[in-house]
Amino acid sequence: MSARDEILARVREALAPAEVGSPAAEVGSGGAEVGPGYRTASGLDEDALVELLVDRLLDYRARVEVVTSDGLAEAIRTRLEGKRFVAPDGLPTSWLHPSLAEGRVTDSREAPVDVVRLDELDAVVTSSAVSIAETGTIVLDGSPDQGRRAISLVPDHHVCVVPVQTIVGIVPEGFARLDPTRPLTLISGPSATSDIELERVEGVHGPRTLDVIIAR
Amino acid sequence: MSTVNLGLPRFPSGGPPRGFGNISATEPFPKAAHRELGNAQLRANLGHATHTIRDKRLRVVSELPDWEALREAGSAIKTEAMTRLPELLTQFEEQFTARGGTVHWARDAAEANRIVEELIRATGETEVVKVKSMATQEIGLNEYLDERGIAAFETDLAELIVQLGHDKPSHILVPAIHKNRTEIRDIFLEEMPDVDPELTDEPRRLAMAARAHLRKKFLSAKVAISGANFGIAETGTLGVVESEGNGRMCLTLPETLITVMGIEKVLPRAQDLEVFMQLLPRSSTGERMNPYTSLWTGATPGDGPQNVHVVLLDNGRTRALADQHGRSALHCIRCSACMNVCPVYERTGGHAYGSTYPGPIGAILSPLLTGVEAEENSSLPYASSLCGACFDACPVKINIPEILVYLRGEDVSGGTTGRRRRSLPSQMDLALGAASWALSSGDRLGLLEKGLPVARALAGRDEKISRLPGLGAGWTQSRDVPAPPSESFRNWWRKREKEAEKGTHE
Repeated sequence: MSARDEILARVREALAPAEVGSPAAEVGSGGAEVGPGYRTASGLDEDALVELLVDRLLDYRARVEVVTSDGLAEAIRTRLEGKRFVAPDGLPTSWLHPSLAEGRVTDSREAPVDVVRLDELDAVVTSSAVSIAETGTIVLDGSPDQGRRAISLVPDHHVCVVPVQTIVGIVPEGFARLDPTRPLTLISGPSATSDIELERVEGVHGPRTLDVIIAR
Repeated sequence: MSTVNLGLPRFPSGGPPRGFGNISATEPFPKAAHRELGNAQLRANLGHATHTIRDKRLRVVSELPDWEALREAGSAIKTEAMTRLPELLTQFEEQFTARGGTVHWARDAAEANRIVEELIRATGETEVVKVKSMATQEIGLNEYLDERGIAAFETDLAELIVQLGHDKPSHILVPAIHKNRTEIRDIFLEEMPDVDPELTDEPRRLAMAARAHLRKKFLSAKVAISGANFGIAETGTLGVVESEGNGRMCLTLPETLITVMGIEKVLPRAQDLEVFMQLLPRSSTGERMNPYTSLWTGATPGDGPQNVHVVLLDNGRTRALADQHGRSALHCIRCSACMNVCPVYERTGGHAYGSTYPGPIGAILSPLLTGVEAEENSSLPYASSLCGACFDACPVKINIPEILVYLRGEDVSGGTTGRRRRSLPSQMDLALGAASWALSSGDRLGLLEKGLPVARALAGRDEKISRLPGLGAGWTQSRDVPAPPSESFRNWWRKREKEAEKGTHE
């Protein structure tokens, strides 16, 4: 018998005969009709969402600025001026001030920047798919304005734009907006570790500076 | 399949076979604990770390108004996943395969190790980077590969500390919890080739040293090995929850990714992540959310590893599943909250448990995976005061104390061929028989109580008995028995009643 068939047979044997197909097997799956007992919506308005997200990001020691969409290009320029940075090819061109053209390297799935080259760059700028205010979590899903996973990982400084309409209140609202089959990266603050005496220290292998610009 | 009787009541002629690997105690827990307790530095490190994390966990858990509802949901989803396991595993396989991944099945540790070795050999590489993974720790993958000329580099900071220190993990979340910052600095100075000799013991400096040490490895690695926190049956998605970014490095940069996942990690729906991604971070590191979580589904063209494999591991899990009283131990999401609150773990540390899985969850999981009679695992269910703190802390509400008591019962009653089955009645049998005789009759008890003053005299002037004979010696090894009172409660009560009666007549 193949390992697959044997393991599946063992599982069936372990569960047999009482449980398989019995009402007990339906526990949990019937929950959808009555709704889960936990919160599925926060009910927060835009101001409250932004305020909560900023608070949580600062708690993780990320840098945060809230700008109007008119001020976004300027906010990005002040962070990347004079630096060599990578941007995904789908990033809106209006976000990047012409003065940044010299330091810019463009990455795409079709023309990926080599990882050693990425390591030599100072920064990366991306958009984001969803942000969860309550946990201070920003999700990248590999869309063209966010790019391949490697580009937001290897450079040491991540400038991440959060469009205000992508902010939700709590975790269930966040997952409801995401497609799980896309490559997802949930980011909550800069890289950190609690491995030494269980105290949090920011900055290990991922970007040591997380620079969030919330655009409303 | 062998037909050795393993003593499980539901499988009189066998049942699913036991697991192997680093899931067995090699010496009885009391003996190991006694040795570890002698290490004052270890106790100080553990006390500091477990108390830090307890406070953090309580703070972030109390923030959520629906924490109890989330625990209920987590428990219900896991129960559902276990009862639907055959269907969910095949669904996961279908989905993962449809999206460009390859699924492998491993009956036990040895088979999983062989599969991983063959997959690495097929790439022609002799070096791999690793994300921290309990499953690969359980099957002893690093040692297996090392013996065959393949170097596996641990990239999680704590795993790196353990690996560089030629040590063993002592905690499932923070494997180097038994080391303090100064000890870690000394390991780095000794074992990292190009470390700054001026390295201080400041945690930030130590983390930077690890970053520099591993950077080149990440950038050049062709093969990575990971575990998985979840596997989603509905979509074939795998997930790794981490902090440092070493996980992202391993899951993103290499060409080949091999994931070893226990079969119990499968969840029915992607939506279930909304529950576990709230329960897990708050319970493990005491954060609202861990810094990084990666979810991937097979291979994504142009982004990340294109040669993607998953090894689905049994290694005793079906054995645990077959045990109706113990199977909920498989609901464990490896958060480590139970060890952080355990008064026994806090004092003995993780090494005393022998297994990859220490603490309260390990005390039930290890014997369930191997059978309580295997090696020295029969002593693990006794590594608890049954205070119940682990049950309260468990995000999926595993009733650890109840399973501990059940496993103690299994140990005492044993199987018909179990190691602990004796043909002669044991001291425990005799003592319990005598207690049953005495306690079933008031007259018999009264008779025995007349002996109390004698026992009191034996206790001596300090009113303590510090050494009992026979079976009692185990009890007095680490505690004194207070001298018995000079008379029994029942005697005292009778006298009191009489005097009260006298009082009312006067």
